[in-house]
Amino acid sequence: MKTQLLKLLEHNATLTPEQLAVALDVDADSVRAAIAELEQSGTILGYKTIIDWEKTDREAVSAMIDVKLTPQRDRGFDRVAERIYNYPEVKSVYLMSGGYDLSVLIEGKTMKEVAFFVSQKLATIDGVISTATHFVLHKYKDTGVLYDAPEIDERGTFS
Amino acid sequence: MIDYSKVLSGTVVDTPKSGIRKFFDLMNTMQDVVGLTVGEPDFQTPWHIREAGIESLERGKTYYTANAGLSALREEINTYLTRKFNISYDPAKEIIVTVGGSEAIDIAFRAVIEAGDEVIVPTPSFVCYAPLVRMAGGVPVILETKFEDRFKIDPEALKAAITPRTKMLVLPYPNNPTGAIMTREELSEIAKILENTNILVLSDEIYAEMTYTGTHCSIASLEGMWERTIVASGFSKAYAMTGWRLGYLCAPAPLCEQMLKIHQYGIMSSPTTSQFAAIEALKNGDTDIQMMVEEYNRRRRYIYNGLRSIGIEAFEPEGAFYIFPKIGVYGMSGEEFCNRLLYEYKCAIVPGNAFGQGGDGFARISYAYSIKHITQALERIEAFVKTL
Repeated sequence: MKTQLLKLLEHNATLTPEQLAVALDVDADSVRAAIAELEQSGTILGYKTIIDWEKTDREAVSAMIDVKLTPQRDRGFDRVAERIYNYPEVKSVYLMSGGYDLSVLIEGKTMKEVAFFVSQKLATIDGVISTATHFVLHKYKDTGVLYDAPEIDERGTFS
Repeated sequence: MIDYSKVLSGTVVDTPKSGIRKFFDLMNTMQDVVGLTVGEPDFQTPWHIREAGIESLERGKTYYTANAGLSALREEINTYLTRKFNISYDPAKEIIVTVGGSEAIDIAFRAVIEAGDEVIVPTPSFVCYAPLVRMAGGVPVILETKFEDRFKIDPEALKAAITPRTKMLVLPYPNNPTGAIMTREELSEIAKILENTNILVLSDEIYAEMTYTGTHCSIASLEGMWERTIVASGFSKAYAMTGWRLGYLCAPAPLCEQMLKIHQYGIMSSPTTSQFAAIEALKNGDTDIQMMVEEYNRRRRYIYNGLRSIGIEAFEPEGAFYIFPKIGVYGMSGEEFCNRLLYEYKCAIVPGNAFGQGGDGFARISYAYSIKHITQALERIEAFVKTL
């Protein structure tokens, strides 16, 4: 039941326990209990809204930065990763296999602001060997959601 | 001046327009309507299936196929039917790939019906059976199923409907619009009645994948029934492939041989692109079906509970993606209920009488919609019912 519950919430966090209960064929109290448990165990980390900021007048740019690091004795990349993810402008940090070590997604108001962050803050951290910054030009799809072309129901009643 | 009334076939002219279509036209004249009317999945065809169709176009596979369809596809259909429903057919002689399940139904009627032959059509059911029987020169004999029987065929009523002219029984389960299914035990009661007769069964199994309380049972898998059953099915519902227009029928070779002639002269062969896509669907589409059926099942429970909490009586549907609530308890006909719901509360559901005798006083509600959409519609239905 928990995997099914998580799948439903992952897709739509606004479903009420009552609605979830019907979907899962259990009662609402067990849904509430399961959610509480999943939140407590840190399986559910939060609930957010997917927003296409391009449709608003808020200025924002984001960039993916490939970061190469020197690993530190005993702590590997963890210490440097921590120094990076503590910045609020950093939205995601992934440890990667392949040609570089960390993939960092950052968001700023302008390209200048992002460039400043990379050159003044990120690149100067001890252990960072190099950075390569790729600005995001357009989001087509994010976290499984399409950004363009709102879905219109074109079906007719024929059958 | 030409007099069209003199040139047109009386049988066709006398055939009424589909009641679903009528309601759709009405609904289209209005704005901001929240409808639960459509009879097709809200999912798009899974991408890997669409891609197989695109790839076939890119590689220039734009020719006709064999009349009965690509042999690779017929092989896959047989593998699929054996795997899922324990029925098997010789791909070379016993399977025809058709233009949707509808063509399969049409040619099955046309291959067996002679003027005056009777075909037993259980209702409420999909709108095409009786008109197609009539256009083939036959006489549809309506067998009304009842809410109290969960819209299943009552064996006694079936016995009473059989005459010396009965050629065929249509078996429309899982059922559009009622959501009824028939289990193996219930089907074996039907089988017993038919076993020593010359009556064929046309089993319309287009919704076979959409069952929620157990796996679909094909009557062809019952002892003695394979030889008298034509199975009509297709890709539209299971794989969300309605627009590809692809179905199939399976029957013993002596039947298929004749049905193939009608298909050959009338259609030639089914769309080639669709056939290539369908091969991919059958080979690698199981998880898509599972995902979609799980989602329909959630919606099914959601809408069933939603209607019940409003105080509308419905039986819990076990198949397809429709629920058929009893709305004839508010002192008006089903059609009036639906019309007022549409005009006063901008919510569209299809009056049950569009699906034939026994449908009056009910309405078909489709749950091939997102939960959010269903919630909106339920709110409108509730607001309307509260005024009654």
